[in-house]
Amino acid sequence: MTTRMMNYRTAVADGIAYEMRRDPSVYVAGEEVTTHGVAYGVSGEGLLEEFGAARIRNTPIIETAIVGHAVGAAAVGMRPVVELMFMDFLGICMDELANQAAKMHYMFAGQYKVPMVLRVSSGATRAAGSHHAQSLEAWAAHVPGLKTVAPVTPSDARGLIISAIRDDNPVLFVEHKALLGSTEEVPEDEYTVPIGKAAVRREGRDVTLVAWAAMVPTCLQAADALAGRGIQAEVIDLRTLVPLDKETLLVSLAKTGRLVVAHEAVKTGGFGAEVAATVAEEGFEWLRAPVRRVAAPDSPIPYSPPLMHAFVPQAEQVTAAALELCS
Amino acid sequence: MMVRIRTFEEHVFTEWKAGGVPGQVHLYSGQEAVAAGVIAHLKVDDYVVSTHRGHGHVMAKGADSHKMMAEVCGRVDGYCHGKGGTMHMADSDRGILGTNGIVGASLPIATGVGLSCQYNNRRQVCVCFFGDGASNRGTFHESLDLAAVWNLPVVYVCENNSYAMSTHVLEHTRIEHIADRGSAYGIPGTSCDGNDVICVYEAAAEAIERARTGGGPTLLECKTWRHHGHFTADPAHYRDPAEHAERLKTDPIARAQNLMLGEGLATAAELDEILDEAVAEMDAALDFARRSPWPSADEVATGVYAD
Repeated sequence: MTTRMMNYRTAVADGIAYEMRRDPSVYVAGEEVTTHGVAYGVSGEGLLEEFGAARIRNTPIIETAIVGHAVGAAAVGMRPVVELMFMDFLGICMDELANQAAKMHYMFAGQYKVPMVLRVSSGATRAAGSHHAQSLEAWAAHVPGLKTVAPVTPSDARGLIISAIRDDNPVLFVEHKALLGSTEEVPEDEYTVPIGKAAVRREGRDVTLVAWAAMVPTCLQAADALAGRGIQAEVIDLRTLVPLDKETLLVSLAKTGRLVVAHEAVKTGGFGAEVAATVAEEGFEWLRAPVRRVAAPDSPIPYSPPLMHAFVPQAEQVTAAALELCS
Repeated sequence: MMVRIRTFEEHVFTEWKAGGVPGQVHLYSGQEAVAAGVIAHLKVDDYVVSTHRGHGHVMAKGADSHKMMAEVCGRVDGYCHGKGGTMHMADSDRGILGTNGIVGASLPIATGVGLSCQYNNRRQVCVCFFGDGASNRGTFHESLDLAAVWNLPVVYVCENNSYAMSTHVLEHTRIEHIADRGSAYGIPGTSCDGNDVICVYEAAAEAIERARTGGGPTLLECKTWRHHGHFTADPAHYRDPAEHAERLKTDPIARAQNLMLGEGLATAAELDEILDEAVAEMDAALDFARRSPWPSADEVATGVYAD
């Protein structure tokens, strides 16, 4: 399989383009997609030139209808890849996502399916303030009928966007802003990453660190620090939140007996609580210590850089949590 | 069709009063000319997106009354195996994307269906139903704007029955004709007597042909009246009895029958026969529903995801 050096942005665009060539029912719609690309320049990379304005569609500022129209188009045979510039805008289209997209297949007893992808940008970087920085994956995780993925690496981003487009269900595709510039050799052509499968990024036998999105690099940093203290941490990148890869989590827990889950979302009601509860219910026999969560404080995200730094969980906090469990 | 819809709805009402229908139903009685007059122009491969008050739309698009009744009664032989009920009833063989429990949700969905029709380039149309209340929702604004700038083949049909639940239209909207809102989006807006099936048929003909031939969306307002309350248990005391009595006189079925008799298009005996057949059909539908089993508890969480 050939590979090409790509950053995360390009990897997503490349995956979308690959599917659009393969499948005429795939189209892109969102704000700014033909001018700047999405806020972070994803869709703009040559897609308009190759596919034309009928398949790369700029929309007005209508988040409700961006998602809502995709529900209808998907139900009658198209595969929309739509986007919100910021995950914080989910509130504008929550009915469309949670009541319409997610429930159609169930309520109509399988007569219709909704094969759409909603790409969103998450995460606190660059003093964006409370309405442009959130990690709201827990909102989607709580809606049966949706799948939620949050790739970390460019290869996973490409592999998962292809899987998401091919999936016959509505998929929320979360792209953390801090990851967009990262680069690596990315497999081209028919390379997919399955939805619902976590990846072990680093093996270790003393403690399991579970994370997704930008907290995975943070946990890898913590694992380095822990190694310096003689503690080998296993780092699991969930990649998919729903459906959750319980098997990978429990296999790791059986080995280490200790688990820290870390996320940038606020602590209360965050998806870390779901991971912790699941692990406690299904892996209790292996637990040698309570499950610990490292998360942002229960507050909106502040604007001023020192406050934002205090908000986003840092590697030191993950290291400290792991050390507590190991002591 | 109007007689069949009315008969179906009144059968549902009677069964509801007898305790045979779980939950509340939002009955369509009184608004039949809108569904019948608009949907008469649609083919099997055209689409309808409906509302919480949608049995009339579903039936006019060709759905099976037996499967509809079974669904209303929550039985396994219903269109959605009892999982959807009255407000989530669909028939994908006939392009019916469902009744809907969220006021205003039909509009964005229909807009996306319209996009698919445009891509297919086979003169397909999507008709979107919603009420006067829904026309105040943001979904109305965003959907009409999008359909206008993308020139989509969608006919947005506003069934203005003067009430958004219990709130009179003059209290929730400052303009008299919802159709006037079309100009805000640069699309044609037409208002018609929604209780005159010929008026509806003619206004719809123009709008649907416009959509089929690449002329884009239309806002079609049909002024009508619902006979029952907002939902089955609602006695609708908020409506002025005198106004209600006056509006009942404009019953679309009675008017159509008088027209047919007056023009010699049907005899009284033929009209009676239409009613008798409808009653027989809906009696059978109710019987079918009552005999259909309840779904098994094992099915509670099946079908959440497409495979």
